[in-house]
Amino acid sequence: MPTKDIVARTGNEAMAEAMRQINPDVVAAYPITPATEIVQMFSNFVADGLVDTEFVTVESEHSAMSACVGASAAGARVMTGTSSQGLSLMAEILYIAAGLRCPIILAEVNRALSSPINIHCDHSDTMSVRDTGWIQIFSENSQEAYDNMIQAVRIGEHMDVRLPVMVTTDGFIISHGMEAVQLLPDQTIREFIGPYKAAYSLLDLDKPLTVGALDFTDYFFEHRRQTAEAVMNSRKVILDVGREFGEKFGRSYGYFEGYKLEDAEIALVALGSTAGTIKVVVDDLRNKGLKCGLLKLRVFRPFPARELADALGNLKAVAVLDRSDSLSTAGGQVFTELRSALFDLPARPAMVNYIYGLGGRDITPQQLAGVYQELQRISEGGQIQNLVQYLGVRE
Amino acid sequence: MTEPSWRELPEAGLITEKGNARKYETGDWRNKRPVHDPEKCINCLFCWIYCPDSAIIVKDGKVQGIDYAHCKGCGICARECPDKVKAIKMVDESEQED
Amino acid sequence: MASLKKLAAKEDLLTGGHRACAGCAAPIIVRQILLAAENPVVVGCATGCLEVTTTLFPYTAWKVPFIHNAFENSAATISGVEAAYTSLKKQGKYDKDVRFIAFGGDGGTYDIGLQSLSGAMERGHRMLYVCYDNNAYMNTGIQRSSATPMGAHTSTSPAGKKIPGKKQYRKDLTAIMVAHNIPYAAQTSVSHWNDLSTKVQKALAVDGPSFINVISPCRLGWGFNPEDTIQIARDAVDSCFWPLYEVENGVYKLTYKPKEKKPIIDWLKKQARFRHLFKPGNEELLAGIQENIDAEWEKLMKKCG
Repeated sequence: MPTKDIVARTGNEAMAEAMRQINPDVVAAYPITPATEIVQMFSNFVADGLVDTEFVTVESEHSAMSACVGASAAGARVMTGTSSQGLSLMAEILYIAAGLRCPIILAEVNRALSSPINIHCDHSDTMSVRDTGWIQIFSENSQEAYDNMIQAVRIGEHMDVRLPVMVTTDGFIISHGMEAVQLLPDQTIREFIGPYKAAYSLLDLDKPLTVGALDFTDYFFEHRRQTAEAVMNSRKVILDVGREFGEKFGRSYGYFEGYKLEDAEIALVALGSTAGTIKVVVDDLRNKGLKCGLLKLRVFRPFPARELADALGNLKAVAVLDRSDSLSTAGGQVFTELRSALFDLPARPAMVNYIYGLGGRDITPQQLAGVYQELQRISEGGQIQNLVQYLGVRE
Repeated sequence: MTEPSWRELPEAGLITEKGNARKYETGDWRNKRPVHDPEKCINCLFCWIYCPDSAIIVKDGKVQGIDYAHCKGCGICARECPDKVKAIKMVDESEQED
Repeated sequence: MASLKKLAAKEDLLTGGHRACAGCAAPIIVRQILLAAENPVVVGCATGCLEVTTTLFPYTAWKVPFIHNAFENSAATISGVEAAYTSLKKQGKYDKDVRFIAFGGDGGTYDIGLQSLSGAMERGHRMLYVCYDNNAYMNTGIQRSSATPMGAHTSTSPAGKKIPGKKQYRKDLTAIMVAHNIPYAAQTSVSHWNDLSTKVQKALAVDGPSFINVISPCRLGWGFNPEDTIQIARDAVDSCFWPLYEVENGVYKLTYKPKEKKPIIDWLKKQARFRHLFKPGNEELLAGIQENIDAEWEKLMKKCG
């Protein structure tokens, strides 16, 4: 990888830079920690005339997503950003954005949902909207944040998909952490994403459309089935775009990344920045003879059940790390969905769940190494005492 | 009439044919219907501007008649027709022959 | 100035076949507004009577582009449409001249939609917001809103043994809109088509935000015969319950002065929602209602100079 294009960027800076290069027609956004900087940086681009974007400084996140839906329905390329409470406040409209097939791109900086109020990282916000029909992509670091924002445009706008996409980074850890990022030239981005071709527009006066009609029991189900089909279609598009990105720019993307997973007997499954820490732990433990690996899940929606089953089916023991507690008492969101994905396998690994890192609680290499030791014990026939455990809370 | 499958519907819940509500006949809501007398009518067009259902037919500035396929029989037209004119009378629907 | 003959030569952009109640004022208001508009329009609408009755899949009564998003965000949604239009025009990707109108009932405007409306007006989008005020959340079964008049019976402010209907006077939304310092704000009535048409044209000519509040009598919720819809609106105007005025760049102007200010009791008597006020023991309440009307009218007269 050429070093001359590498610059120091935080996750927020990388995402804002991607937004500048994408040059959307409309951005409607509201500030919230730790996503605020994205909006601020973008305002500077607007004020300096670096983008053509009409920037709507809405009075709440609910209005942000409402305006985004209006703009997208009017045939514009639309982006926004938020976190936590802001994502919750727009939750009502997220479902509508997907149902109306608006390919809005949202930079989501993962932050814990109140209460208590907390501005630090966990995945409760993104997980809370997993049923909205949005495509959800988790970034490990600033480079991925940048790359994912660009790919999101191609994924969401694809004619077989036309769904909104949220690209997430971990609040403060990545959003405010300075890392090495390779940026691509403006023209390269423009060529990669191409001009926006809306499937429909309110501004088409020759063909006046009614958008958002009321359905009774005789039509709702069919319309929802269509949205489900679009999500299913996105599976292939996500892989195609990730492959094309790799061919052009040297970094390929899929549903997940396997790190030293091929011959692993035990593995952790994690999303976001923690994967980076785990890679270091894996290297260390491999040197000590443990056949361990990591599966870093990148795409949470759609949920790549089949592919995950293929990747993990042959292992002896797997621990799923959930950076949010769904309070089901039966495990976190990733754990329960992954377990379900492996259920039909004739032979499958023992699976346990660790809920960790809530409200920005740090996770250490020592704690992660402890999880691998536990998996090793289980893989050697040890009994599972607790299926679901909390990792890193003071008991 | 079998309704379309999910594969046949336009996506995003769009209604692509403007004003197709015309095809839905609300005329059977009535129990009274307005009857327009062109002899008495002065074409003030109050009935037309106050009709909720776009059911007063006007051409070249003159009231041509009532769109009975959509008229709900609310009676606003008869009521708003000027007192000195009263060119519209509300008549019981049961007295009509269809 | 509009003439009915001229308007009648235009295409009606709201068709029949919608499911609004017989005699509903809302579609009358929409027809008048769409006829008055001289440019092509894109319409947004909040969840409510107007939206559900005119866009029941697979039927739409609208012959103009229309978007419904949710209940509280008609203004925000149209502000997004307008932003897209502005952006695409600036970039040379669109060349037509379009106007934007957001509709909302008093529910979606005075209450749940107030924030979204305030934000859109403050930001200065070139859009007109029209509130069709039928004095309650009618679509869900006549629940009180902050636009419901004092003493009115609604399903959540019922006239009961201890409490005689709604306890508060109405919120003055038009005044709130004027306080946003928008170039044009007005009150008009479905009964005064010329006043309404003129105001709509003025509003759409403004290069910025505008707001029009229209009284929209509801025969079901207010309790009167459907043929009286227009007359009830007229009486509301003549008893000064619903003054017709406009505020252009902060300057108030009365656009209609009743020849004879009618007592509010005459208007209240015509509606079942106020029937209980005429039982013995409610005389003070009735007097209070008249006093309130008189005081508000005096305040308005002073502003109109």
